[in-house]
Amino acid sequence: MSHISPVIWQFLEKWLTTFAIFPPQASAIAPYTDALYFFLILITLAGGVIVTLLVVGFSILYRKDKNPVATQIEGSTLLEATWTIIPLALFMVCFVWGALLYFRIYNPPTNAMNIYVVGKQWMWKVEHPGGQHEINALHVPIGKPVQLTMISQDVFHSFSIPAFRVKREVIPGRYSTVWFEATKVGTYHLFCTQYCGTSHSAMIGDIVVMTQADYKAWLATSVSGASLAQNGERLFASLSCNACHSGDAAARGPNLANLYGSRIQLANGSLTTADDAFLRESILNPSMHAVAGYAPIMPTYQGQISEEGLIGVVEYIKNLNSNYRVQQTLNTTELAPTQQTGVEPGATSGTRSGTAAPSVPGMVK
Amino acid sequence: MSTIVKLPPQEGATLPRRSYLNDGYGLKSWLLTGDHKRIAILYLISITFFFFIGGAMAGLIRLELLTPQPDLVASDTYNKLFTMHGVIMIFLFLVPSVPAVIGNFVIPIMLGAKDLAFPKVNLLSWYLYVAGGIFTLSAMVLGGVDTGWTFTTPLSTHYLNTHVITAALGIFVAGFSSIFTGLNFIVTIHRMRAPGMTWFRLPLFVWSNYAASILMVLGTPVLAIAIVLVALERTIGIGVFDPARGGDPLLFQHLFWFYSHPAVYIMILPGMGVISEVISTFSRKRVFGYTAVAFSSVAIAVFGFFVWAHHMFIMGVSNYSALVFSLLTMLVAVPSAIKIFNWTATLYKGSITFETPMLYAFGFIGLFTIGGLTGVFLGSLGMDIHLTETYFIVAHFHFVMVGGMLMAYLAGVHFWWPKMTGRMYPESLSKLAAVVTFIGFNLTFFPQFVLGYLGMPRRYHAYPPEFQVLNVLSTAGATVLGVGYLLPMIYMTWSLKYGAIAGNNPWQATGLEWQTQSPPITSNFVETPIMDHEAYDYDWLANKTTHEVTTVG
Ligand code: HEC
Ligand SMILES: [Cu+2]
Ligand SMILES: [Cu+2]
Repeated sequence: MSHISPVIWQFLEKWLTTFAIFPPQASAIAPYTDALYFFLILITLAGGVIVTLLVVGFSILYRKDKNPVATQIEGSTLLEATWTIIPLALFMVCFVWGALLYFRIYNPPTNAMNIYVVGKQWMWKVEHPGGQHEINALHVPIGKPVQLTMISQDVFHSFSIPAFRVKREVIPGRYSTVWFEATKVGTYHLFCTQYCGTSHSAMIGDIVVMTQADYKAWLATSVSGASLAQNGERLFASLSCNACHSGDAAARGPNLANLYGSRIQLANGSLTTADDAFLRESILNPSMHAVAGYAPIMPTYQGQISEEGLIGVVEYIKNLNSNYRVQQTLNTTELAPTQQTGVEPGATSGTRSGTAAPSVPGMVK
Repeated sequence: MSTIVKLPPQEGATLPRRSYLNDGYGLKSWLLTGDHKRIAILYLISITFFFFIGGAMAGLIRLELLTPQPDLVASDTYNKLFTMHGVIMIFLFLVPSVPAVIGNFVIPIMLGAKDLAFPKVNLLSWYLYVAGGIFTLSAMVLGGVDTGWTFTTPLSTHYLNTHVITAALGIFVAGFSSIFTGLNFIVTIHRMRAPGMTWFRLPLFVWSNYAASILMVLGTPVLAIAIVLVALERTIGIGVFDPARGGDPLLFQHLFWFYSHPAVYIMILPGMGVISEVISTFSRKRVFGYTAVAFSSVAIAVFGFFVWAHHMFIMGVSNYSALVFSLLTMLVAVPSAIKIFNWTATLYKGSITFETPMLYAFGFIGLFTIGGLTGVFLGSLGMDIHLTETYFIVAHFHFVMVGGMLMAYLAGVHFWWPKMTGRMYPESLSKLAAVVTFIGFNLTFFPQFVLGYLGMPRRYHAYPPEFQVLNVLSTAGATVLGVGYLLPMIYMTWSLKYGAIAGNNPWQATGLEWQTQSPPITSNFVETPIMDHEAYDYDWLANKTTHEVTTVG
């Protein structure tokens, strides 16, 4: 190797020693996924080797030079049954194993902490309940189940963390969720895996896994403005939701305190659970989700509130367990909005010159 | 190594005086022909053209991926390249390849018929195909499309201002070409079989094309509907897919995959038919378990319609439908496994020779086994979460479509080339091409499985630097693969003039197409053949040959 220039040699060495062949195993689920993966590889190897051995073996044994005349054979029901049943049985194992893993990956534990993710061409916006915002990055603590509630503002995206072996489509107009529990401190890739236009391959980011102490410190230093729920409360007042949802017996809309997670009887007769998706839908398409026992008078807020704003309101309603403050707000007639995060003036996002606006832009009277 | 090839004595041998090739001269006699053989040749030329365009794009894609940075082309250009590569290779190459070229040429002859049931419709199919191709090319020339071949909404309907409608129109029109081809095959196979040609005497190639035709006829209209809806949504905003108008963005995925999953069987089934013919011929044996192989084609066609949602496991389909679709996906893998084992068993106690079609068929068996088994990874729900939308998918379907289908197509083209042209291709060069293709293929696509498990997303213009080594390997493989595909192009053309005269039946094969002259006359047979034996009856063939020798001698 003496004639290779040292520069090239160094380059080659670096190149060949830093390349990856197996992703880091950094979540509680990853070992389970990898176990199934190795089992599937084993099946593939076995299948490949058996077929290769048979083809090569027969080619040697029964080549024309050795076996000039073929012996005609009709078939054999027994043999055919064998190679129907054995693959079928193996595939069934893969099916059951895969299904168990799927439910493990997609059913979050009840104590998971929730973080919101909004995807848009071509960035990831992360909203922590405490009001921390991140772009193309997500900080999470180690050893704690984290659930992501995700939505897209425009096209399909897909939120993929290979080191955690989890991925979920991020869909316009619909919440989807995914959860994981990180097990190893480090920085990992975040990819958008659903083709979403020009800069699809730039819609990437860092997943930063921190110890719980570091994470607390990070949360404390990264607060910017109000928490999601506070923001939601402000919107709740400025969009006059409180006018109908005051919690009074005489109120025109249902009481929203302690609504989250309860079973709701809809006007069309069906029963549904008040989850994040239901709350979001009730605000955007109230008539499609009208609650039994109320007149369908709630206006739609479609186009008047951004996805981030919705997340705030949803987070607010989720945490609402008394109407005391709702009524307080109603009584102090004028609540000057200090911050307008989340309220978008109409459909066009234009400039946000909130200074001269007489009332909150996009507010329904 | 001994061979099965038996050519007429070359000195003094000529092509038959009268054949479909010299029954009329001039462009018009080709462009207005009703002869299934001439139409097959028209298809052969046009799909080869599109194959090399699609291939050139694949080359550019691989070249770009040589480095992690997006440096060769702009992102938009890159997106257009993979879109066009997908659209051209799937709709303009793979779907028509075996049925429209080889099927068109040999199915009527295999049945002992003079032509397909509707010769004019057959010609119309070709014109529709060409029209579809022209729309697609114009979309490309006018500035390209960047939707991906999957046309995902709402990206394709609201967010791109490229030539989506033109390309969609191309696919729509080409779709009708395959619907008509499918119809033509179904009717022909039902109605035009020679006396004595019962269903269970049909060559397996006919069975598999029959199954594929059913898929074409039933599946393609759904694609047409999906595409029309995309066009309407794009132009007048009907709002079926747009959540802001109360539409369902997932509906498009359902419609699209309802066609596009069966489409993989439309592509692979005819290829499987080729493999059955080739394996039987070069091991001198009846295909092991003929009925099982025939019915497994039908089973694939039937199950193939009920697995589409396995493309949507991470998109929030309900848990129960995920379970059902995963289960059905596992079931549809079984008939493919049966076929693999039946072909392998056909070799047992055969008298095997290794001509080029057989080498390609061996390549098919190996690569399709891996392609099929990696499909089980993806059908397995929890595993799919990590693998879907990554290079694992890319590797999986290239193993099935390129390693499987393209190998089968090349096996078929080599196998029936003497019948189509009356001349042999050069044997050692073609063996070299088969081996080069196999090596190049593995080098290109094997690293992509590893990349996929690492999480490298598909359709990425740039990627993290630690993925580079594997990408470089893949690009190197693509170069070798490119050589493997150029070779046949060259020596096949050469053989048109200089190839050895093949005679009626160079492979000593049993199909009816081998009992007539090469190239055949326009009406295929001088008198309608009578089928009085099973398919792949090599004893019948041996008897017939000795009989011929005694009467002539
Ligand atoms: C004009 C009165 C009115 C206003 C203003 C109003 N709502 Fe409603 N809301 C209703 C009524 C009436 C219902 C029950 C019938 C229905 O679902 O349409 C309801 C239902 C709901 C529900 C479902 C409650 C349940 O028990 O399932 C939610 C959540 C909700 N509203 C949230 C909001 C939010 C958030 C706002 C402000 C952005 C808002 N509403 C503004 C009248 C109103
Ligand atoms: Cu993307
Ligand atoms: Cu599929």
